[in-house]
Amino acid sequence: MKMLIEGLRGLGRETQAILTRLGFIARFFVALIRRTPESFVRASLTLREIYFSGVLSLAIILVSGLFIGMVLALQGYDILSTYGAGDSLGVLVALSLLRELGPVVAALLFAGRAGSAITAEIGLMKATEQLDAMDMMAVDPISRVAAPRFWGGMISMPLLAAMFSAAAILGAYAIAVPLIGMDSGAFWGNMQAAVDVRVDILNSIVKSLVFGTLVLLIAVFEGYDAKPTAEGVSSATTKTVVYSSLAILAADFILTIFMFRGV
Amino acid sequence: MSEITSDIANLTDVSFGYDESRLILDGISMSFPRGKVIAIMGGSGCGKTTILRLLAGQVTPRLGEVDFNGRSVARLSKKELYAMRRQIGFLFQFGALFSDLSVFENVAFPIREHLNLPEEMIRDLVLMKLNAVGLRGAASLFTNELSGGMARRVALARAIALDPLLMLYDEPFTGLDPISLGVVGQLIRQLNDALGTTSVLVTHDVVESLKIVDYVYFIGKGCVLASGTPEEISHTTDPFVKQFIHGEPDGPVPLHMKAPELSADFFGGAHA
Amino acid sequence: MKRATIDLWVGIFVVLGLVALLFLALQVGNLASVGREAKTYRIEAHFDNIGGLKPRAPVKAAGVVVGRVEQIRFDPKLYEAVAVMNINEKYSFTTDTLASVLTSGLLGEVYIGLDVGGSEEMLVNGSVLPRTQTQSAVVLEKLIGQFFLRESTASSGGK
Repeated sequence: MKMLIEGLRGLGRETQAILTRLGFIARFFVALIRRTPESFVRASLTLREIYFSGVLSLAIILVSGLFIGMVLALQGYDILSTYGAGDSLGVLVALSLLRELGPVVAALLFAGRAGSAITAEIGLMKATEQLDAMDMMAVDPISRVAAPRFWGGMISMPLLAAMFSAAAILGAYAIAVPLIGMDSGAFWGNMQAAVDVRVDILNSIVKSLVFGTLVLLIAVFEGYDAKPTAEGVSSATTKTVVYSSLAILAADFILTIFMFRGV
Repeated sequence: MSEITSDIANLTDVSFGYDESRLILDGISMSFPRGKVIAIMGGSGCGKTTILRLLAGQVTPRLGEVDFNGRSVARLSKKELYAMRRQIGFLFQFGALFSDLSVFENVAFPIREHLNLPEEMIRDLVLMKLNAVGLRGAASLFTNELSGGMARRVALARAIALDPLLMLYDEPFTGLDPISLGVVGQLIRQLNDALGTTSVLVTHDVVESLKIVDYVYFIGKGCVLASGTPEEISHTTDPFVKQFIHGEPDGPVPLHMKAPELSADFFGGAHA
Repeated sequence: MKRATIDLWVGIFVVLGLVALLFLALQVGNLASVGREAKTYRIEAHFDNIGGLKPRAPVKAAGVVVGRVEQIRFDPKLYEAVAVMNINEKYSFTTDTLASVLTSGLLGEVYIGLDVGGSEEMLVNGSVLPRTQTQSAVVLEKLIGQFFLRESTASSGGK
């Protein structure tokens, strides 16, 4: 009986701790959003962050996209042609990329490449008292450090996701038409007939915006909240990758229910 | 009224603790007269740095008043607090230079953030500040190319960029070789007199700081244990201050942490 | 890194991103045809059974896509399925047009096929094709069931 009460009490404490942390993140998010205008008035700060989160992620995004598209084409054609539906390969590739793989995989790669870098950078600035120094110089670290990284990433993310999907579809085309010998007209024609601009492409962009918000909020927050030591920064970087991957997959499930059920 | 004009900052009966149970400062009062260099000394973890944070408004006292230039720091809004901090220079223990900016941009940072000046004027100002710390030649270097002493001096140049009324130094002498140490010490004194600011330094380097300061506070157990000019301090009879100045391992601050009798710890288990 | 270099790269990055979006919209999603699709008229067709027909399925005449299924619902009074279709304004069909639910291949996509009749009058926005003018989906399970029923009655009659 005593153990049960102890257990319940522990559970209560845990729940309270998690809720407190969520509340803290929410407050941080509000603070971040309220400093939005400053990141755009001083565009050079945000441009710099687009360079770091977007341009530097370009290579990994394009190469991964190309390979995923090629693999999808090879596997998809094998299975579809068993049922005599090889001509629908373009449909399979385009829909799976636009609806799921494009936004999700691009966001996962983004979390690993840009999210972890943002956390490490902000965490290091905290550990070496650079954030404190800024605060002491009457410069708000959230508007000078956190907000430009957030908005730079928010601009990069949907563009990266679109490039990922485009690279993958081109990769699939490169396998399907010259290599497998599919008819180019059937590949594009069936694809165009099945892909709806509003349902598929617009939702794809919405998904990548939602994932971008999650990854960047987690990355910036974990950096800001890191213990100011070497271990603290490294564990915060790990947390960013783990938490944002989980958040992306969970959010994807929820968004898919709202966007594509019954379509 | 005369108090307000002669002192740039005051602590009045200030109590502070980071958590509920333990008070780091317990009803401490200090005053910092204009134009002077004042040292705060005490053992590690006795709340020295906390005093600097209180003065800069980074933390607010649980009880008592902190005032700067005649205004209570705790009652300032965020905007007013930032306005106040423009008049305060803060030198961090390890410099806290921005690692993604060059030496020049580091010193230019507060100027660019707060003053809307043309580029040539910023250049002149930055080079002037760097010249004051003897590092004009290092303007184009990056922070990872600097030695510890140089980094400290660049940080000093950055801290004085906006000509502050009050300079706060957090352990300015830690980790420096004897030459750099002398250089930084001299710089603190010279800059204070040249710019007409007030300097507060937190340190445990007795020898170096007694050479340059006008007044010393010794703190411990949350309050001021002793204070006076360097002259008075070096002739003090206070056992704690004596132990601190001469670096004696045992005295009022015991070598051993409180523990059971040695014999009990070693043989207690076997006897039981 | 110089400001100008960063700006240049960011510029290239944003242009590449927009090109990718444009590619998705035009080449993959065929956005251009959406504009044309905007001018449509709506007709309804009543079916006994629509089988696997889904919203957004194509409506074809002589194999050419002329419109899309907008909505599918069940009429609780007539106990019939109603498919609402948007037909491109460029094409008009006679009022005695026959609509059937068809499947391309054995397992391919389900669509509505239109076969034009000989009437003088044309379908307009809001026209309804009653059940007599439609052909329901061929439901495989029913076919197989009927086949076995006939087989068993034939063999029992033979004895």
